[in-house]
Amino acid sequence: MNFWVIQGLNGLAFGSLLFILASGFSLIFGLMRIVNLSHGAYFMLGAYVGLSAIDAGVNFWVAILIGGAAIAVLGAVIERFILRRLTGQPLAQVLVTLGIAFIIADACVWIWTGDPRSIPMPHQLTGAFRVQQLAFPIYRLFVIGVAFTLAAALWFLLERSRLGAMIRAGVDDLNMARAMGIRTSLLFSIVFCLGSALAGAGGVLAGPILSVYPGLDTDMLPLALVVVILGGIGSLLGAFIGSLIIGFIYSYGQALFPDLAYMILFLPMVLVLTLRPTGLFGRQAI
Amino acid sequence: MVLSAVAIAALLAMPWLVQSDYYINIGTQIVIASILAMSLNVLVGFGGMISLGHASYLGVAAYLTIYLTTQAGFGALAGALAAISATTILAMLFGYLALRASGLGFLMITLALGQILWGIAYRWASLTGGDNGLGGAVRPHIFGLDLMNPTAFFYFTLIFLAAAFWLISRFVQSGLGQSLQGTRDQPRRMRALGYNVWLIQWMSFVFAGFWGAVAGLLYAYYNQFVSPQALHLTTSAEALLMVIAGGTGTLFGPVVGAALVVILKNVVSAYITRWLTLLGIIFVAIVMFMPEGLVPGARRLRGIMRKRQNSSTTQALPATEERPT
Repeated sequence: MNFWVIQGLNGLAFGSLLFILASGFSLIFGLMRIVNLSHGAYFMLGAYVGLSAIDAGVNFWVAILIGGAAIAVLGAVIERFILRRLTGQPLAQVLVTLGIAFIIADACVWIWTGDPRSIPMPHQLTGAFRVQQLAFPIYRLFVIGVAFTLAAALWFLLERSRLGAMIRAGVDDLNMARAMGIRTSLLFSIVFCLGSALAGAGGVLAGPILSVYPGLDTDMLPLALVVVILGGIGSLLGAFIGSLIIGFIYSYGQALFPDLAYMILFLPMVLVLTLRPTGLFGRQAI
Repeated sequence: MVLSAVAIAALLAMPWLVQSDYYINIGTQIVIASILAMSLNVLVGFGGMISLGHASYLGVAAYLTIYLTTQAGFGALAGALAAISATTILAMLFGYLALRASGLGFLMITLALGQILWGIAYRWASLTGGDNGLGGAVRPHIFGLDLMNPTAFFYFTLIFLAAAFWLISRFVQSGLGQSLQGTRDQPRRMRALGYNVWLIQWMSFVFAGFWGAVAGLLYAYYNQFVSPQALHLTTSAEALLMVIAGGTGTLFGPVVGAALVVILKNVVSAYITRWLTLLGIIFVAIVMFMPEGLVPGARRLRGIMRKRQNSSTTQALPATEERPT
């Protein structure tokens, strides 16, 4: 019993981290039709930047902001000066983001060496939350809370704000949105920055749980891809549910069949692609 | 035609020309990489399907070859056939899944499937040796020929390259290959004409997977060792770079691209350890400045230079073999 609850909470925490990564990835893909293969690298770089900030004496909360802001700036530069020059060539854009992912990954090894580092938890959140015999790290509960808050905030942004209405219009029909006078290039910059910032901040937030190591990028990127394939493109709800499903599968899988945790990831992909290629909540086939 | 004859003569004479095991081994690496790149080119160049998971077939065939011959007691021939068959069956499954989507979705699914395989190879240590990989494979003796000899092994791989080149060119010219190129350029029109686009793409996918598996078999023999690196995204990306660098949709392009990437990788690794950065920079540079690939791209640049020189002549350049992608 305890095992299932604890692993369920672990799955929820891991799914929360995935959601922070995948929501930005899904938004960028949904609106801009860019498969941002740098997204895992942004996550890792954000974590490293946050780590350096903490090493420099900054507190954890500011480090999250610094990690997010640094990656937002990087994303803005890449979007403005590289991706925009390739507008209308989705495959070229994918390959550029792949090349950038390699450069970032190698630069991280160069700057921060290959040793895994753990980001220290903020002291307010150390320790465990106890209910009867169950003990669960407070920090993971905090991460779950952050993801749910983020999901609510993003939902509000997309469904209840003017900016969100424009983004939704762009996802549904870009040319029509443009014809209605929406400045889609500005919209692209905003969404790409937002997605990048989420990836960077998510990396810092994940640091105390996953730690930071070379290869974190290629560990996380395919999971984000699976989440989006599972949930459907550009769908916030899909990214949320998909993240939680993958979080649970991965967490229970790793606890029950540590060797096969990755193999089990095939299962949701096979099921969804066979039965519902649009993804659970997607409106268009990927 | 002349170029091909020169290239073939150069390949055959290579071991005599260089007289060094190190360079012969680089030649062998180029040959194996060429087979992989040519198989990927069936998808990318002739099918318009950009796969970022082609290392799957290389890696799985290599793992199976070594596992079956060193731990499951298979003989060399049985192990090779079983590895290639099993990998081809995997390509049937992966093709079914990836072809549920097209374009970017196809790319995402192939990447995800490939990285899951990498994760399995990395984590399922009891079967795959984890990060340490599997070793202990020996190259077989064939007709009394010891393939441990670099020159003999070079010619051995060259036979496979010749077979791949011949059969892939036959495939491209065949009805299936022609209709594959039709689905690349005009999928809706092909569908309207009554072609089963999905089946054409799927069969081509399996064909490409088969040749990827052949490359994996040779890879296993060459290295006598396989690690998760063979399945990693960087390996898939290198294969794609070979195809794009050489020029997609040409038979010879991937061979040129494979030679470039292998030579560059060996040269760079001798001096610095930043291959991954260079790989990334080449990717960005090619996409930004030479999207058609080096061979057609160089031709275009030369055309522009010539045009600048004879700017008095207003005649347009002869149409290049550019194709909308």
